[in-house]
Amino acid sequence: MFAETPLVRRKLRQQAVAKWAFCAMAASMIIPLVLIVGYLVVRAWPSLSLGFLVDMPTNHMRDGGVWPALIGTIYLVVLSLAVSAPIGILAAVYLNEYARDNWLNRLVNVAVINLAGVPSIVHALFGLGAFVYAARFGLSIISASLTLAIMTLPVIIASTREALASVPRSFREACWNVGASRWQTIRAVVLPNSISGILTGVILQVSRAAGETAPIMFTGAVFFKAIQKGNPFPYGLHEACMALSMHLYTLATQVPDVKESVPFATAVVLLGAVLVVNAAAIALRVYLRSRKKW
Amino acid sequence: MQASHIDEPVEQDMIVRNTRRPAWALLGERALETLIYLCGISAIIFVLGIFFFVFKEAFPILGNPKFSLHQFLFSDQWYPTSEVNKRYGVLAMIAGTFSVTALAMAIAVPFGLGAAIYVSEFCEGKTKETLKIVIELLAAIPSVVWGFVGLTVLSRLIVRWTGAPVGVNILNGGIILALMSVPIIVSISEDALKAVPDSYREAALALGATRWQEIRHVLLPAARTGLLAAVLLGVGRAVGETMAVLMATGHAIHIPHSVLDSVRTLTANIAAELGEAPAHSAHYQVLFLTGVLLFAMTFMVNLAAHCIVHGFKRK
Repeated sequence: MFAETPLVRRKLRQQAVAKWAFCAMAASMIIPLVLIVGYLVVRAWPSLSLGFLVDMPTNHMRDGGVWPALIGTIYLVVLSLAVSAPIGILAAVYLNEYARDNWLNRLVNVAVINLAGVPSIVHALFGLGAFVYAARFGLSIISASLTLAIMTLPVIIASTREALASVPRSFREACWNVGASRWQTIRAVVLPNSISGILTGVILQVSRAAGETAPIMFTGAVFFKAIQKGNPFPYGLHEACMALSMHLYTLATQVPDVKESVPFATAVVLLGAVLVVNAAAIALRVYLRSRKKW
Repeated sequence: MQASHIDEPVEQDMIVRNTRRPAWALLGERALETLIYLCGISAIIFVLGIFFFVFKEAFPILGNPKFSLHQFLFSDQWYPTSEVNKRYGVLAMIAGTFSVTALAMAIAVPFGLGAAIYVSEFCEGKTKETLKIVIELLAAIPSVVWGFVGLTVLSRLIVRWTGAPVGVNILNGGIILALMSVPIIVSISEDALKAVPDSYREAALALGATRWQEIRHVLLPAARTGLLAAVLLGVGRAVGETMAVLMATGHAIHIPHSVLDSVRTLTANIAAELGEAPAHSAHYQVLFLTGVLLFAMTFMVNLAAHCIVHGFKRK
């Protein structure tokens, strides 16, 4: 359309350079992900099998599988979410549906944001001081899962709020206009229309709770604990347990002469579980978004 | 129905509704709403509770004659288990935290902003969705796995490339932390860029600017507060990260002189020593005091980020 003057050419050249530079920066984040996962799988290959998942560690944790750690992680994740999901969802309902813009609610917002920023090791100190000593739960699954629950709470609040806020205001107004109370509106209109978004947020926290190490290190996870094989509920709630993330840390730093592929296989199991859960949540979100009618 | 019915006061409608619902339903609703309210303000209780319990465990040390706050903050002598002369200075760990965080940000900020600009301005449709999902997955990798990667993979590469005697050092921790904080920087910066009105972009393009000129002269200045908040949140994440730095930065407690020195951060120090410190001993209390320090540091960083975003949205 226009003749290319030198100025235009220079502009376009700069634009191309900038575009490829930014593209390279974006790519440089993806490449490590692929390389890391690939490298871990290759190194873990000799140990990876179904037996690795369901075997006990043998030879002083130098060999064998991750069964007690896997079960312990499932315990911690389920219990922590059983606590944090209801509290988090109700808190988000309050913040999004009831709260007026006053100083108290602004304070709640600041608190949620700061709770999300508390370092995981400080959560561990809190869990140790509050649940292990003050509440006398001791080193136990209860202490560890309550600590994890408080850590996952702010993110559940944030994701649930986002899901609730995506329900158009007109839906609520229609319901109020036929005489429904605030809670009736929430139950009949707001929650059914946002449940998928809420679920996605909770599922994403499954992977976060499974991967955390620092908060459970001093509140309930131990290096080794023998459990009965074949018993689906091998831990009591007042017992300490093993956990995958803690197991990986122990194998990598504390156990001498461990069989080389075992820590890599543990890392692959943990990473695999986390990525699969996340991918499932994302797939669910993409699918539900495509079906959304408004 | 008459038209005048619409003009009747709303209160009367509500009275009619309330009398029609059974008392137990109304009571149940009140109870539930109270529960919702309590859950709503629980975040405040938890933040205060965290501060209270961590501070409560740390408090007795402040009255201990062998401990001085000045030494705690400004001495690099950390000998908590010495028989004759216990010294509790965390300056070396503060230096460790700052050096690792600074290196991580030096890598993560340009890459994070660049990636955010690419995702937000240069791609569309499927590519954009895919990139965002990859960033989300990157953010999901547990910190202990990052630490493991630093310990087993990156440390060997660093020894091979730089000839350093040990591979677990500031460089290793910085790279790992950069990879961990890039996703948060990307997602918050992308939000900030998205918040710039399209009319700004259109005005720039209409004046004959290229995309690059538009980004440099219009978008970045317009989104700068949001971008600053993104960087601050990345800093908060890097300062508070525990497992990755515990495994990837080595355990030398001294003030570092080069990026190939091993250091220990505040977080790693707590994680490494809390298991050995006898409960309620002075050592244990000092570790909790370190926790209070960390809590205060991240609190300020996050509050600053929040205020910046808040002011930014109000405008």
